[in-house]
Amino acid sequence: MEFVDGRFELREIQKLEGHTDRVWSLAWNPATGVDGIPSVFASCSGDKTVRIWEQSSSTSSSWLCKAVLEDTHTRTVRSCSWSPSGKLLATASFDATTAIWENVGGDFECISTLEGHENEVKSISWNASGSLLATCSRDKTVWIWEVQVGSEFDCVAVLTGHTQDVKMVQWHPTMDILFSCSYDNTIKVWADDGEDEWSCIQTLGEPNNGHSSTVWALSFDASGDKMVTCSDDLTLKIWGTDSTMQPADTDGFAPWRHLYTISGYHDRTIFSVHWSREGIIASGAADDAIRIFVENEEKDGLVDGPLYKLLLKEEKAHDMDINSVQWSPGEKRLLASASDDGTIKMWELASVSC
Amino acid sequence: MTLGLINANPVVHAKKERVARTEDLHGDDAVDPLEIYDILLSVDIRDPEHPYSLEQLSVLSEESITVDDKLGRILITFTPTVQHCSMATVIGLCLRVKLKHYFPPHYKVDIKVSPGSHANEESVNKQLNDKERVAAALENPNLRQLVDECLYSNEL
Repeated sequence: MEFVDGRFELREIQKLEGHTDRVWSLAWNPATGVDGIPSVFASCSGDKTVRIWEQSSSTSSSWLCKAVLEDTHTRTVRSCSWSPSGKLLATASFDATTAIWENVGGDFECISTLEGHENEVKSISWNASGSLLATCSRDKTVWIWEVQVGSEFDCVAVLTGHTQDVKMVQWHPTMDILFSCSYDNTIKVWADDGEDEWSCIQTLGEPNNGHSSTVWALSFDASGDKMVTCSDDLTLKIWGTDSTMQPADTDGFAPWRHLYTISGYHDRTIFSVHWSREGIIASGAADDAIRIFVENEEKDGLVDGPLYKLLLKEEKAHDMDINSVQWSPGEKRLLASASDDGTIKMWELASVSC
Repeated sequence: MTLGLINANPVVHAKKERVARTEDLHGDDAVDPLEIYDILLSVDIRDPEHPYSLEQLSVLSEESITVDDKLGRILITFTPTVQHCSMATVIGLCLRVKLKHYFPPHYKVDIKVSPGSHANEESVNKQLNDKERVAAALENPNLRQLVDECLYSNEL
């Protein structure tokens, strides 16, 4: 890859203000930012609202707030996630509910509210086909919901196994396998047996070279063969599975194993990590910095050389903790970051001109 | 409340005499641990169980506050009155809420119980420094009320 010799910088293109409390999370609409469609993303906040931001035009470097979704959640909106088609937006709140919003000609209507968790819902994820939705909560459970016709969502499984609150859920990018990470320091892998019986098929914990404190987030590479996780233990960990052994059913499930630990960079909790389609890993942390890592292709002939290296560090990227970093789905290397300082920043990863 | 006190007979210490401090808190960039101590005591945070201040119960002392100005870090170490003090997390929440309004936002505040002072030291520390759980706790009406009572009891 060209990252070997090039020098790169993270160029701030816009600072978006509007939220009146910390911004917890943001999500790009996967159906935008391509084929000349201006990119759209949603952000959610401690101010109990969700904001929808749209690029002025597909070539513009400016995003505008197009809608504010309010008066539905009664507490912090912790995270948000678009369905694969980009038509539905799911939002998870500390009010113990998940709301489903539909974009009707630019207006967002709340078409369904999923209730069941005992307390704060922290994360939501749609599977690749958009037929399943997963949610997780401080109540230590993960719920799987099936999308029915007519905006109905049926709970098909309540997964127990984590011993503490579950911070994030994320479906595998191509298979119906669910990943969750928790305050109990583990990552769990969940699959169904073909007869809609869901169970935990693997736990990645400290004995497997896993994390020694809360695991806050996880992200897959484009192929789905690798996963990166970030933690309060100040490390990022890369995990891999053998895709050539990946059969359609779970009987021959290829287990995930620890490949590499990226440590010694962040010095406060790492809250967010996101792997771009090109293989670039961005991380955001409570040290107010964004770091960019890439695979290390020049190991100086060392067999045990580092597998990943720091490409750049943007110190003081925000005035306060960074809670979320997300690469855009479009062609350009755009990264959006959300912070406790109440702002969202848009960055472009660009090569430094000499 | 019909619940018995967790620590019915706490050791009460005398309040220290303190020279009045007049300089502006935000007058210069440097943060003085004593300044933080004064702030925490200025509102007289109460142990939820007792009508004594945290200073009188030796929950907090000047030595329990360390500041790294260069990095913008503040570490508060407090000592619960008993090893099984179930109010430790509430006291920690109170300290965090109190400090939030006094410092530039880039200051990072860590709050811990002093080593060996609590039976569940590790879990109390983890909870007090998980900002998501702190945020959720402060949106919980019952916990919020408890925190507000501790912070403002002297005004009632």
